[in-house]
Amino acid sequence: MAFSNKNPSIPEENWTLIVKPKTNWFDLHLSDVWRYRDLVAMFVKRDFISAYKQTILGPLWFLIQPLCATYLFLFVFSDIAHISTGNVPAVLFYLSSLTVWNYFATCFNKTSGTFTSNSTLFGKVYFPRLVSPVSTIISTLVTFFIQFLLFISFLFYYILFKGNQFHFNLYLLLIPYLIILMGALGLGSGIIISSLTTKYRDLANLVAFGVQLLMYLTTVVYPLSSITGKKRMIVLLNPMTSIIESFRYAFFPLGRFRWDLLGYSTAFTVLILFTGILLFNRTEKSFMDTV
Amino acid sequence: MSETVIKIENLSKQYRLGMVGTGTLSHDLKRWWYIVRGKEDPYLKVGEVNKRDTKGKSEYVWALKDINFEVKKGEVLGIIGKNGAGKSTLLKILSRITAPTTGEFKVRGRIASLLEVGTGFHPELTGRENIFLNGAILGMTKAEIKNKFDEIVAFSGVERYIDTPVKRYSSGMYVRLAFAVAAHLEPEILIIDEVLSVGDADFQKKCLGKMKDVAGEGRTVLFVSHNMTAVKSLCPNSIMLKNGEIIKRGPSAEVIDTYLNDEMQIDMEKEWHPGDAPGNDKVRLLKASIYSTDIKAKGKLTTESEIELSFTFQNFIKNGNINISIHFCALDDFIIFSSGSNFISTSSELLTFKCRIPGNLLNSIVYKLDVLYVNDSKVEFSFSHCLQFEIHETERNGAWFGKWAGVIRPQLSWEESD
Repeated sequence: MAFSNKNPSIPEENWTLIVKPKTNWFDLHLSDVWRYRDLVAMFVKRDFISAYKQTILGPLWFLIQPLCATYLFLFVFSDIAHISTGNVPAVLFYLSSLTVWNYFATCFNKTSGTFTSNSTLFGKVYFPRLVSPVSTIISTLVTFFIQFLLFISFLFYYILFKGNQFHFNLYLLLIPYLIILMGALGLGSGIIISSLTTKYRDLANLVAFGVQLLMYLTTVVYPLSSITGKKRMIVLLNPMTSIIESFRYAFFPLGRFRWDLLGYSTAFTVLILFTGILLFNRTEKSFMDTV
Repeated sequence: MSETVIKIENLSKQYRLGMVGTGTLSHDLKRWWYIVRGKEDPYLKVGEVNKRDTKGKSEYVWALKDINFEVKKGEVLGIIGKNGAGKSTLLKILSRITAPTTGEFKVRGRIASLLEVGTGFHPELTGRENIFLNGAILGMTKAEIKNKFDEIVAFSGVERYIDTPVKRYSSGMYVRLAFAVAAHLEPEILIIDEVLSVGDADFQKKCLGKMKDVAGEGRTVLFVSHNMTAVKSLCPNSIMLKNGEIIKRGPSAEVIDTYLNDEMQIDMEKEWHPGDAPGNDKVRLLKASIYSTDIKAKGKLTTESEIELSFTFQNFIKNGNINISIHFCALDDFIIFSSGSNFISTSSELLTFKCRIPGNLLNSIVYKLDVLYVNDSKVEFSFSHCLQFEIHETERNGAWFGKWAGVIRPQLSWEESD
């Protein structure tokens, strides 16, 4: 909503808040989100606590899901379809891809329903609406770290007991950057969908299966090196491809590191995030009337 | 004069009725095309006054139309009006939940709104966790909540359950905890919607006391309520909204009088032409009315005023032995009591029956009235819900503003000793 600290037309009046029907597109008031950082923290805590309350296994569920998916992938793609995972053990290959992909997919899925699923809360009290998707990104990060630890323990198991050799390299330092990039990409695309679906819900139907289809256009179940030609172009256009490739490259000797592709993903993410925030701020003012 | 903290200028809000569907898209495209060409939104010119009970021609209605007012620092302003008058829309705009269609408002100072207690409470979290969550949602920082935590818990009176998930709470405990958090907000401007209608009498008293404290501390409060007694006692001044417009602004007592008179028009008097009057070939009801005999009440029916009922019938029965009965019903059609007139032996065509109900008998609720026309102990004609009227609360002293329990409220004589 329109928020500015000064009103140029009546400088002598010192209003703290001026609300108008229309505002400048670039009036993003991101500082507001920062002022509500305690709320972000509370939302993260709420998401984490409420997810596994009244379950016996508790946070262990965070591990069961990727393990099951990994073994299903092993069965379908490795045993039946015989898709090569290069010189990397298939379990590690799938587990690493899934850990990364799950983070992006969860961020995207959850934030794409920001307006519709929070409408009762948003209808009763004002706070910068961006607080909600931002806290989702952070609480999903907790899940990511737990799954990441699972991956790391499998990695050490293979090194210690199976004698596999991996070339750990300096690109490991890029991992935090990759995580931020994924979070931003998931947030950006999620809030774009969320903003576009307050009035017309059509797009929301696309998201759930769209994300699933997108997984097969990303190098989750196969290495980039295994595809060639036009198909390779399509897969490369997907900004998630280079993120997953870079992540795996930090652990395994697979292909080669491509700064140009990572640069492309970064530019793409910045564009998506910026567009997302613009649309989101535009929508948050009046979505209650149409949601 | 103290400084203005809220200034509302030409504020309007338009809503589109009906469903969002494929048809909406064409309007959206047209609107977009006008805006692209730099023209004014074509749908802002249409739109009707928001009257729920009449069928309008336009799909667009103005829930609020050209609202202008200012609120001074430290003022406690009541906002009253019927359901659908635009109160909630106004609160939603001031709370920044939705944006106005045209016009603007300016605020000086931190603003917090309380449209509901317990917003964002999560059933799985404990009372303690929910205090922090709810506080943060209402705009408090973690440090602020920590400082007030003990006070909040003490106010709520649920110390014992503070580490139990709130889904295990009774609804009363839930509301107490929720209100306790809200009551410890410290904004310069507070917007409150009908939150006092929760909890038991004891807790209501506590809440009202707290609200009075808030008002006394020089903070600005906008208070929306249907509880006229509470508005009158808390707010020196009020605004009355009707169909999206401000009808009256002034001292609460005057505004409330206008409001009550405006409300009362329904079914306190009914009159028919002989041709289409209800009834049969024996009798027709020409007129029924209820009014207060107390001149000071200015036509308002209050719990204290004496009330008169009057029925005029067109009688076709010759040499009849006629009387009428009335049934006083509550809104759920339960008959509270009935009363019959004396018999009258007559053949005349026009009969009028009048009945007086003493003051201090009825409670402040809505009553329905049935009337029965009897000849020689045989009911010739009965008319259910002939009249419907509300008895209003008179000004009361004391801190309790809740409703009196019961369908009647006779004044009894008491004796006290110690």
